[in-house]
Amino acid sequence: MDRPTEHNEGQTKSKPTDNKISRRDLLRLAGVGGAGLLLGATGVGSLFSGQMRSAAKPASQIPEDKSADIVSFYGKHQAGITTPAQDFIIFAAFDVTAAALGDVRKLFQDWTKAAAAMAKGELLGDSNDNLNLPPSDTGEAEGLSPSRTTITFGVGPSFFDGRYGLAGKRPAPLTDLPAFGGDELREEWSGGDIGVQVNANDMQIAFHALRNLARIARGKAVLRWTQEGFQRTSSSDPSGATPRNLMGFRDGTGNPDVTDEAEMNKVVWASAADGMAWMNGGSYMAVRRIRMRVEVWDRSTLGDQEATFGRHRASGAPLGAVHERDKLDFDQKDEKGKPVIPMNAHVRLAHGDGTVKILRRSYSYSSGIDNKTGQLDAGLLFICYNRDSRKQFIPMQQKLGQSDLLNEYIVHTGSAVFACFPGVSEGGYIGETLF
Amino acid sequence: MKFKVMSFLVACTIVFTGCGSNAVENDKVANESASTNAANETAAADDAWAPILESYRQFTIEQADTFIIETEKFVTAVKDGDVETAKQLYAPTRMYFERIEPIAEAIGDLDPNIDARENDVEDKDWRGFHRIEQGLWEKNSTAGMEEYADRLLEDVKLLRALMETVEVEPSLLVTGAVELLNEVSSSKVTGEEERYSHTDLYDFAANVEGADKIYQLVKGELNKKDAALDEQIGKGFADLEQALAGYKSGDGYVSYLELKEEDTKKLSQLIDALAEPLSQMGTILEA
Repeated sequence: MDRPTEHNEGQTKSKPTDNKISRRDLLRLAGVGGAGLLLGATGVGSLFSGQMRSAAKPASQIPEDKSADIVSFYGKHQAGITTPAQDFIIFAAFDVTAAALGDVRKLFQDWTKAAAAMAKGELLGDSNDNLNLPPSDTGEAEGLSPSRTTITFGVGPSFFDGRYGLAGKRPAPLTDLPAFGGDELREEWSGGDIGVQVNANDMQIAFHALRNLARIARGKAVLRWTQEGFQRTSSSDPSGATPRNLMGFRDGTGNPDVTDEAEMNKVVWASAADGMAWMNGGSYMAVRRIRMRVEVWDRSTLGDQEATFGRHRASGAPLGAVHERDKLDFDQKDEKGKPVIPMNAHVRLAHGDGTVKILRRSYSYSSGIDNKTGQLDAGLLFICYNRDSRKQFIPMQQKLGQSDLLNEYIVHTGSAVFACFPGVSEGGYIGETLF
Repeated sequence: MKFKVMSFLVACTIVFTGCGSNAVENDKVANESASTNAANETAAADDAWAPILESYRQFTIEQADTFIIETEKFVTAVKDGDVETAKQLYAPTRMYFERIEPIAEAIGDLDPNIDARENDVEDKDWRGFHRIEQGLWEKNSTAGMEEYADRLLEDVKLLRALMETVEVEPSLLVTGAVELLNEVSSSKVTGEEERYSHTDLYDFAANVEGADKIYQLVKGELNKKDAALDEQIGKGFADLEQALAGYKSGDGYVSYLELKEEDTKKLSQLIDALAEPLSQMGTILEA
């Protein structure tokens, strides 16, 4: 795997493009910080400087022209959690078929090696020019920019059944989700022993990553379900404004500030003090496949749509306010004495009293049509990270599931939770604290 | 560099040449490469391969001989209008063919003549097992099948005769094993092979047996080269064969229609789990 010079040659050709992308990328990241998906109170300045720092770090180890396109795989935390959301996602849940823990360990060692190589845009394996063998890398990402690929690994509750003698290591926050209002969960989009989140600014590169991970896993783990997702790309919105979901509304305005370390420790990162030392620096991930009834939504008036979210569609501002960033004023009443932001508006329920936060990292999805109805199967691949789902995601979703006005237009069709491992340093492997 | 010489040798020896002329060919190429090392290793590799190739040749001949005998019984039942007997003989007879399919495919036209499914070839050219299968199961009749029955037996005998002309090469074995599993993966596990009789699991089992036969023959060489890969493949076959055994029914297998989605998915995943390491078996072609 340590042969970057050989196949990286092809990438120097794209140098000018890379430079362009990297500048635009930074601009966009700054925008994301100010008003974007990973959004916090602190605003543009701090995230911009934060991103400058993290972008500068890998630059010392790799050629300058590619640095902005590489998110380092190694670190205290796994990449892909507080990393500003890339353009595309493929989420995949695997079931482990390996009989022994040793095989699982081997799988994660092989995956770590592959993921670190793919983050740098390197070809996998050492047999890519032997006519007698299938090439070790499937080849569709050869010569392409690394495109900020991140691959994030976690294990689900079912991983801790009796199979590998790890039942005692299951962390309490990795609890099976209770049934929520609005759940119409389907087996085909739920659960999994292992969850893998692949992100990249290029769908072909993301697919390449997942395909090769699945290939490496043959005989040890099988794909259980996958879901691809997208958001507006960095090139169609260089300013990096908060992305709009498929209902046309900005989604993610209220996210915490990923550059605020104290806030991340509070909201996102698990700690040894929480009870399970192997999760120190990891995070708990909830994945929900939320189908939008887009045909129904498209027939509802703008007034109803805005009342449902509690925000103006065009500006993203809270109802009764002007700018997206304006403070949420839940006490404001209209001339008839009714709350301007309805009691069951999405933003009011999701915000609660403001003390419970999660880090959302969702994408839109489109999966063809529902053959039963002929309607679009499209919606939100909701993903969030939090320190303890029992105290953050679950109570929040319980409230939303019961009374969110949005429930008329959505249905939760898939669900899974994973304990995402802490990061590793070079030479280590993902999951080493558990296996 | 070494492997390039070797793959050139393999490429050369794929053509229909006798064993004797092979050795000559090899020596010539090795000399041209001006590498005595490569020549020595090639000779060593040939020594190891010769008994393996001979065993496989014998295996395929045995299968083909039995295939003729069983096809004769099947064809007789069809021509006698004995639908029940013909139905019973259909799937077990085909297994002799499915075990050695890579050889049949190497011969050219014969595979479609024996094994084409409807729409694989133009209707006027469509004959062979599946044409008779359609009559037996769709129409529950042998009417109009007599001619196809005769031609099938001719084709099967021709297959056996032409097999003498196929020089079995190491690369044929290595890729053949994977091709057998790919066959399973793309048409048997999906129930598309036997669309009228739903006897897909017979073909499935026979393809796997054919691949396993090859693996058993090269296992010794493979183990010397890469013991971990050998172990992985061995385990893959064991897991798959164990799963298949669960679908046994009498001397044969249950109908494909009895398989639920989770059954076919599990079988398909076991095929993938085996075929991936099996596809690395080409490593033994390296000097």
